[in-house]
Amino acid sequence: MALFARIPRAPLEYSRTLWMRLWVGAVMLFLYAPLIVLVIFSFNDSKRNVVWRGFTTKYYEKALGNDQLVEALLNSLTIAALATIVSLALGAVAAVMLWRFRFPLKGAVDGTVSLPIIVPEICLGVAFLMFFAAVGWPTDLVWPFNLGAITIAHVTFCFPFVTMVVRSRLASFNREQEEAAKDLGASEWQVFRDVLIPHIKPALVAGALLSFTLSLDDFVITYFTSGPDTITFPVKVYSMVRFSVTPEVNAASTLLIILTVALTFVALKAQGVKAIAETH
Amino acid sequence: MAEQDWKANRRAFAAVSLPTLFWIVLFFLVPMAIVWLYSFGENRGLTEIEISGTLSNYKRATEWLYLTIFGKSFAVAALVTLICLILGFPVAMAITFASEKWRPWLLLGIMLPFWTNLLIRTYALMMLLGTQGFANKGLGALWEGTSWIKTLVGLQPLPTWEPVQLLFNNFAVVFGLVYVHLPFMVLPLYAALDRLDRSLIEASLDLGAGHFRTIMRIVIPLAAPGIIAGVMITLIPALGAYLTPDLMGGTDSQMIANVIERQFKKANDWPFGAALSFLLIYAMFALIAIQSMRRKVPEAH
Repeated sequence: MALFARIPRAPLEYSRTLWMRLWVGAVMLFLYAPLIVLVIFSFNDSKRNVVWRGFTTKYYEKALGNDQLVEALLNSLTIAALATIVSLALGAVAAVMLWRFRFPLKGAVDGTVSLPIIVPEICLGVAFLMFFAAVGWPTDLVWPFNLGAITIAHVTFCFPFVTMVVRSRLASFNREQEEAAKDLGASEWQVFRDVLIPHIKPALVAGALLSFTLSLDDFVITYFTSGPDTITFPVKVYSMVRFSVTPEVNAASTLLIILTVALTFVALKAQGVKAIAETH
Repeated sequence: MAEQDWKANRRAFAAVSLPTLFWIVLFFLVPMAIVWLYSFGENRGLTEIEISGTLSNYKRATEWLYLTIFGKSFAVAALVTLICLILGFPVAMAITFASEKWRPWLLLGIMLPFWTNLLIRTYALMMLLGTQGFANKGLGALWEGTSWIKTLVGLQPLPTWEPVQLLFNNFAVVFGLVYVHLPFMVLPLYAALDRLDRSLIEASLDLGAGHFRTIMRIVIPLAAPGIIAGVMITLIPALGAYLTPDLMGGTDSQMIANVIERQFKKANDWPFGAALSFLLIYAMFALIAIQSMRRKVPEAH
């Protein structure tokens, strides 16, 4: 009788119609099926990916025992951490500049700051390749300084996103708070640190998360700026996929997917689902 | 909101503007300027490039071969955007009108793939679409099933199943690009639909319009800015896509980004690659200009 007991559908409850649910279900299946298959088959005891031959974790051991792969992963995480820190500082400062001040050529500056988002990745990658070649950027530095070129490239395409997020948060800032702080004797720096920063903190968290994932995710720009000693995780996986598909790649990919999911849940804990959704 | 004039507080302005300007000039404008200059250069020997002001790189880029690749990239990106729009619009509608409890989780469901590494997602798709992959197995099972039903009703069975080539062709490129870019489309669509005034939809339904007519005549026109934003956010990265055509495409499915990459890695013709890069950037600017022109039209009334 449950069929009759159910609450009738209100006209706007489109998501309760059957075909809508089927459609959303199909799209979700389309988005997740490849990833789920990848994760499941990373535990498959077979060189060939498709036939299930029993559970094993030996490809995880192999992946973690692969020094080049581990080094690439460490490089990627280091670059992502460095790029996030610099992007946050730079992005926040740029957002404050564009939000607070009126200055000559503001429109042009505003456009230029968001330009790295629009310029295709391949063009940015090419530009950095030529730039570092033209300035004769040293390639034989010790770790982690050899990651400098890649980190600089990553900051350039990450910080405009931070600026965007922080700026939309600044729009809701009540200027009177700043004036009150100043009336009470706070200096410019104190206002920034104690009033403005707490207000934009959610945007900073979101911006940090965005920068970290963007940097970790990037293949194309890194491909053009990395040298033989500065392989990142996506570049390493790319060469593995290009030359041979092995279950090791599945295992390594699964580890990165788990990292992404974990990061997402950290963000959820910090901000709640809704706030995360709104930053996009 | 009142903005402060920069002269009123020079020190604070310097503190926020100098780092930004320093970075954007040194690590963005200068590299782009170098590409632009090199696009007017020519190779002299193996590593030397002379910036001679020649237009030969651009002339070469307008040869038929490269024009067709540009055209094809546009066609693929447009097709991908269209498919994403058709797939994504109902999803965005469903998220908008979902209950408070479900909405964040549905959004998260769309965003999690968006945050997952692009290369891993492409690789996962390749695994699924390979000749030994599940897509082929599923199609094979379907084929066998049809064959069995045909024998059941007394018809000739179908010939034995041959695995289809789902990878390394144009189909795979479009499929892969749709897979990768779908979240890009859904999120702006949702943002636009969420802002919609629901009483307008209710009014339309109350006044006797059907659901389909309401969607076509009320929802879509009101959500138009969001739809255009979604189209741009999908179209631009799809046009410059490198990874998907490189890994999933065949010899005939290279897009403009692959041609650019080849000039820098294998062909070692940096000036020509630089010219192609700038043509791609100009194409993006043209797209954005068309979009902002469209946005201004309703304001004129």
